[in-house]
Amino acid sequence: MDDAHRRDMGAAIHEIGGGRWLGAAPPLTVAAFVVPIAAGLAGTLLPAFGYLPAIGSARLSLEPWRLLAEYPGLRSSIVLTLTTGVAATLLSLLLAVGFCAQVSGRPWAQRASAALAPLLATPHSALAIGVAFLLLPSGWIVRALSPWLTGWTLPPDLATVGDPRGIALVVGLVLKEVPYLILMISGALNQVPSAPQIAVARALGYNRIAAWLKVVLPQVYPQIRLPVYAVLAFSLSVVDVALILGPGNPPTLAVLAVRWFSDADIHFYFPAAAAATLLGGLVLVAIAAWHGGEQLVAAWGRRWLAVGRRDGLANRLTAGAGAAAIASFAFAALALAGLALWSFATQWRFPAAWPDGLDLANWARRLDGLARPAAITLAIGAAATIIALILVIACLENESRRPRPVGRAALWLLYLPLLVPQVAFLFGAQVLLIRFSADGLFASVVWAHLIFVLPYLFLSLADPWRALDPRYARTAACLGASPARVFFRVKLPLLLKPVLLACAVAFAVSAGQYLPTLFAGNGRVATLTTEAVTLAAGADRRVIGAYALVQALLPMLVWLAAVLVPWFLYARRRGIGRA
Amino acid sequence: MIIPGLRSLLFAAVFAVACDAGAQVIDWNATLAKARGQTVNWNAWAGDEKTNAFIAWVGDEVNRRHGVKINHVKLKDTAEAVTRVVAEKAAGRNADGTVDLMWINGPNFLAMKQQGLLFGPFATALPNFRYVDTTNRQSNVVDFTVPVDGYESPWRTAQIVFVYDSKRIAAPPRSVPELLEWSRRNPGRVTHPNVRNFLGSTFLKQALYELAADPAVLQQPATDANFEAVTAPMWAWYDALKPLLWRGGRQFPENGPAQRQLLNDGEIDMMISFNPSEAAVSIASGLLPDTVRTFVFSKGTIGNTSFVGIPYNAANKEGAMVVADFLLEPATQAVAQDFRQMGNFSVLDLAKLSPGDRKRFDDLPRSAALPTNAELGRVLLEPHPSWMTRIAATWEQRYTK
Repeated sequence: MDDAHRRDMGAAIHEIGGGRWLGAAPPLTVAAFVVPIAAGLAGTLLPAFGYLPAIGSARLSLEPWRLLAEYPGLRSSIVLTLTTGVAATLLSLLLAVGFCAQVSGRPWAQRASAALAPLLATPHSALAIGVAFLLLPSGWIVRALSPWLTGWTLPPDLATVGDPRGIALVVGLVLKEVPYLILMISGALNQVPSAPQIAVARALGYNRIAAWLKVVLPQVYPQIRLPVYAVLAFSLSVVDVALILGPGNPPTLAVLAVRWFSDADIHFYFPAAAAATLLGGLVLVAIAAWHGGEQLVAAWGRRWLAVGRRDGLANRLTAGAGAAAIASFAFAALALAGLALWSFATQWRFPAAWPDGLDLANWARRLDGLARPAAITLAIGAAATIIALILVIACLENESRRPRPVGRAALWLLYLPLLVPQVAFLFGAQVLLIRFSADGLFASVVWAHLIFVLPYLFLSLADPWRALDPRYARTAACLGASPARVFFRVKLPLLLKPVLLACAVAFAVSAGQYLPTLFAGNGRVATLTTEAVTLAAGADRRVIGAYALVQALLPMLVWLAAVLVPWFLYARRRGIGRA
Repeated sequence: MIIPGLRSLLFAAVFAVACDAGAQVIDWNATLAKARGQTVNWNAWAGDEKTNAFIAWVGDEVNRRHGVKINHVKLKDTAEAVTRVVAEKAAGRNADGTVDLMWINGPNFLAMKQQGLLFGPFATALPNFRYVDTTNRQSNVVDFTVPVDGYESPWRTAQIVFVYDSKRIAAPPRSVPELLEWSRRNPGRVTHPNVRNFLGSTFLKQALYELAADPAVLQQPATDANFEAVTAPMWAWYDALKPLLWRGGRQFPENGPAQRQLLNDGEIDMMISFNPSEAAVSIASGLLPDTVRTFVFSKGTIGNTSFVGIPYNAANKEGAMVVADFLLEPATQAVAQDFRQMGNFSVLDLAKLSPGDRKRFDDLPRSAALPTNAELGRVLLEPHPSWMTRIAATWEQRYTK
């Protein structure tokens, strides 16, 4: 069937089915997050130039920028932000690529990636707290080795966490971003016929890793480019992880902005808004620079491919990166285990390697306080996921009924919420919500979550949806099924597994949101994450451990459900649900 | 929109007429009647579990007695609530605001009072205000040198103490210069919270009090003319101390609880605290070893009072006042002072209480880690907030690179 035919058929289906409302889906989806972000950016940009009538400043000026420039640590803060953000992204990409190069094509690759689910589901802040407990001079690692090996009866006075260069911060970020990038690469691999290509390359004498690097990676990278930019933007502007693991004097720019936004002196809004704006600019510059770097690497890579060496440093480096990735999973697992242990501990002092005692008293005390935020987290996550799912499926269905390639612009728009630093638009968005008296409502929080859930859900679902063989739908249509019937009886069952997995990703994203919940909920909607971050200030690891566990457990259960439901439903139809 | 706005405007107007510099009158029965059924959004820092539990208990009690519910809006920093009220004012919501009651004092109070963001005066008209200690505890009526004027109502007191591990320190330093001497012998074993945190700047203020030639000037706003000269001895002392602090004075715990974690982990030997019961409370909840004890500097330490304030646009002002009044009740204050509950010394003047109420305080449990009133020594008044602001800014100028 040629293109013209396909278009005709698409148009025909479009006319038959309830396709009219489907056409509204893409603009609606874009509006759901572009409007608040645009309004929010304006609400941050104006105070950055001195305009905030609420506190008596109704004139544009450069005063906020002067105040920002006067901050003595500004230079170090910018350098710190850029180095940690770029280093975390580079390392995460390297480790993810190394891991994928090593496992690709092995029979257990699929299961290995699935095993990363718990790590993906764990919120950043929870993992960061666990990492801090491992790395501290009074942390678990030193405790395990003291005093019998180190001779330390008191913790050494070393800055292993919150070090001025931000090394602990980079470690904390890498642990979370590697699994995410691996997931993205696995998704992209579905679009690349990698197995036969690798077979050819190996027949030509390249080993498994070299084959993957030289043949598969160049096809995969363009597809994960946007997720990599998102990781870069996130690492540059992260707040909670930087608060826990990053240095405090000076802190990263994002922490500086949040610190000033919440300063007792409300006039700190102005430099705070300027700092948030500067951060937005830095993210743009960093992404542009990364893009430039891609061109250089590509030019060098072409020569490297042409030389055709069968072995070399790259192979060994990649193998090392793969091993480092596996070590990072083990480290993250240990961090979570430490938190879990704390939640049952009675007392646990340096240098004891193990708690003095374990009991359920802590959990018994927490249970009351945990139930309500857990229920709210579940409700918000479910609502945001379902709305996002309907919008995304409507967009994809609209696209498949009138085939027209999605422009790059549309994809960029989808990534907007992930590329713009949260601190740069959330304050402005809060003012917008208050103006419409919509702050503190359950619905507003769902909407705020939707902004971040939508892009992740779209990115998780778009590829499998587009990859579905169109002949299934055509066959059903030829047999007289209406588009709606085709959708519900053919497409949805075939795509059930990716749909549910995308929902699990979306739910995990929702469950981990801190700043959006705080701003849109006006502090009145308490989720597990807002409770956990607030309690983290209280620094009782037993409490933090309990909250972090439940915080991680909830998305994991959703994940498990997403895996088990198709397994039960299709237990007797092996071919289906494998998409 | 007009009706509720008008109502609170009238309400405020009635107060303005009735209130003549501290002599306010509230029709308390009418307030109780209006308050019934309201849900008070109490914005309070929630980093302390004991306080959270206390607030929950207060919620149960006022609901049982007056039909007023409390929704504890948990904050990481009080300034978040200030931000919210500012944002509401920015959006033109001058009535029906979302913050009904907030835990507030010092710089936040000054900022909100100056910006006209507080409802009042109401505090001195609360029925239980008659028990408040307004003579010996000046901080109940002068908040960081700013006259309270009935714009906030006291509910708990704070005083600087130091908590130390008696297993590691036999004789703790009893003055600011002695602390420096002690640190020379024990480098890396003491720290203070980040100077952007109130406890961190308080550490420096305490030193300023002892080292300034004439501490009386601290009760006036700091000026460009006097700031440098007054603080010079303090900076000289701190320059000597800083390299002897934990992590060589290059890193600081973010806040008080983070600092307590360091003491519990054995990374430091003593810490500054704003709660005289901190040691006793923390031992009871397993957050510190049972060998910790409390001491203060012999020349006295800074003390202040925590208040609750009502934003100008609060939707449930009556309910908020009922809660503020309940917090001042002798029985409530006795519960608050019990270190097994919250462990905050009372704002009341025990001499003003009935013998029965006084007994509630006499019967409170004791602990070796709990200082007596005599041991707490002299309470010094908080300096004007401008000193704190300038010290924090100057600290950043001097030590942030």
